[in-house]
Amino acid sequence: MEIRVQDIRKEFSRYPALNDVSLDIRSGELIALLGPSGSGKTTLLRLIAGLETPTAGRIFFGDEDASSKSVQERNVGFVFQAYALFRNMNVLENIMFGLKVRPRATRPPAAEIRRRALELLDLVQLSGLDKRFPQQLSGGQRQRVALARALAIEPRVLLLDEPFGALDAMVRKELRKWLREIHDRTGHTTVFVTHDQEEALELADRLVVMSQGKIEQVGTPDEVYDTPSNPFVFGFIGESSALPVTVENRELWVGGRAIGLPAPHDATGDARLFFRPHDVELVEDGAALAGVVAAARRVGGTRRVELEIGGYPDRIEIDLPFDHPAGEKTRIAFRPKRWRLFEGKTGQ
Amino acid sequence: MSDREGAVYDSRRPPQPADQHTRPTTERPWVKWTLIGIAFAFMALIVLLPLVIVFVEALKKGLDTYLASFGDRQSLAAIQLTLLVAAISVPLNLVFGVMAAWCVAKYEFWGKSFLTTLIDLPFSVSPVVSGLVYVLLFGAQGWFGPFLKANNIEIIFAVPGIVLATVFVTFPFIARELIPLMQEQGNTDEEAAISLGATGWQTFWRVTLPNIRWGLLYGVLLCNARAMGEFGAVSVVSGHIRGKTTTMPLDIEILYNEYNFTAAFAIASLLAALALLTLIFKTILELRFGDALAGSRRH
Repeated sequence: MEIRVQDIRKEFSRYPALNDVSLDIRSGELIALLGPSGSGKTTLLRLIAGLETPTAGRIFFGDEDASSKSVQERNVGFVFQAYALFRNMNVLENIMFGLKVRPRATRPPAAEIRRRALELLDLVQLSGLDKRFPQQLSGGQRQRVALARALAIEPRVLLLDEPFGALDAMVRKELRKWLREIHDRTGHTTVFVTHDQEEALELADRLVVMSQGKIEQVGTPDEVYDTPSNPFVFGFIGESSALPVTVENRELWVGGRAIGLPAPHDATGDARLFFRPHDVELVEDGAALAGVVAAARRVGGTRRVELEIGGYPDRIEIDLPFDHPAGEKTRIAFRPKRWRLFEGKTGQ
Repeated sequence: MSDREGAVYDSRRPPQPADQHTRPTTERPWVKWTLIGIAFAFMALIVLLPLVIVFVEALKKGLDTYLASFGDRQSLAAIQLTLLVAAISVPLNLVFGVMAAWCVAKYEFWGKSFLTTLIDLPFSVSPVVSGLVYVLLFGAQGWFGPFLKANNIEIIFAVPGIVLATVFVTFPFIARELIPLMQEQGNTDEEAAISLGATGWQTFWRVTLPNIRWGLLYGVLLCNARAMGEFGAVSVVSGHIRGKTTTMPLDIEILYNEYNFTAAFAIASLLAALALLTLIFKTILELRFGDALAGSRRH
């Protein structure tokens, strides 16, 4: 099911949560809404589900205008961060709920409902736990039941609101892989909300990066990571270091010295240079960025050093091999291998 | 750990053997036991003794006299009326209480805090005043008096007035029991249910009600206990017509004023027994479903 979000605006008591957002979701894709808290990602998801009504704009399911349809009519599978399992029902009853509440005309026979619920329980790898109550399950198991329950109604689209937000790191990783498998097997159009960029990058076909009620960039994980379209995305996705530079004579300058990077265009003036800490090369001579090591710490297999670059108040981070002999006060010269320049003093 | 406990009293003393009564964060044993003793003595004097007296006085002249008290036509009528009033007002408050709690807990609307205050009003107002307002509204000289008289409707000094006064006094019990419970549970379960295609009605019966059932039952018990025992408000609107508009508490007062102590205490013992049963039932509920009730207790 394709979903088209068209110029959606949502205000909560005069405070805009979403500002004229448009988004096309392709049929069968796994798409992540990613952003810091308050970016409007959950609001967008709830608008698609019909749990909120938009202040303006429309939402299409395929060719059908779903904007005025109720939640029930939209037939979406929604998975909540806090599971929202019915605590008075056991696992099987929870999964069967969506089919049992259907009007008689469209309700499958009881035996069929049961068969399908058991099948889904198998799909989420919880066979044998059908008689358990939600309180008797671990967080990861509960979220699997919630997903099975959402899948039971054969939803047109699967919506997940921070589905792994309440789980610990190990379980998250495991469930992430597992969700990808389920998605590939069932082929549901799936939208999930997360504030965890690692999760989004690993899991999604495409990412929608949001901030302050706007969409900043939509693209595949590679596109978003390698060619961020603006400073916010560069700073939000992955590690980044930023430095104010001056552009002159088709070259970049820091504190009156050329740093050996060619300007991508003719314009002159202030700009902001963005690069990834791990995407740098150390240089022995020639024009380069040079700084003094102010602090160093071990991050996994590398050593991250904070450099003080002459005259610039904020420290710049770069990654060095962990056996690099750089110590306090060592002077290091480097050049970013890949970088982007955003015009203006603040880079906006 | 025992080292530290010793150090609290005297740092130069060698480590003391573990003594579970002298944790650094609690009082010394004698303080603790004195406080507990005072609490027990106070409760025995103020609560337990009167309760015992009720039964002792009721049974003073033997079991036969005790049982005969219930055979009295007027007392029988009082018991019936009390049951009738409770049977009407408790279900009414059940419905209104759930509705009010639903509104307060699940919706945001203008005037919400005003509504919450109104719900608490019957607790803060003296029962006599609550009875009096109904007299002023529906009594012969009241606002609606002429209209009611013209249409031959009796409210004050009749059963409808007693029911009204009882509903008023007992309204907060169920609503106040449910509001914190429903607020704590939030809307997510209901949202999950409707996203799965359930209608509002199905959601209420299959999801909301099961989630609040123990709190609701608890509220109903308290509401019922008060509905049967209410004296002040009912006394004002009843008119004390024996055999017709006297409930058990009013009957007890009349019998007592007539120096018919045995009968008065016999009826009182029945009310007390009802109260005790309610408490026992409540305690069983708390023991079994303590978690579901936690945070919802305020009185």
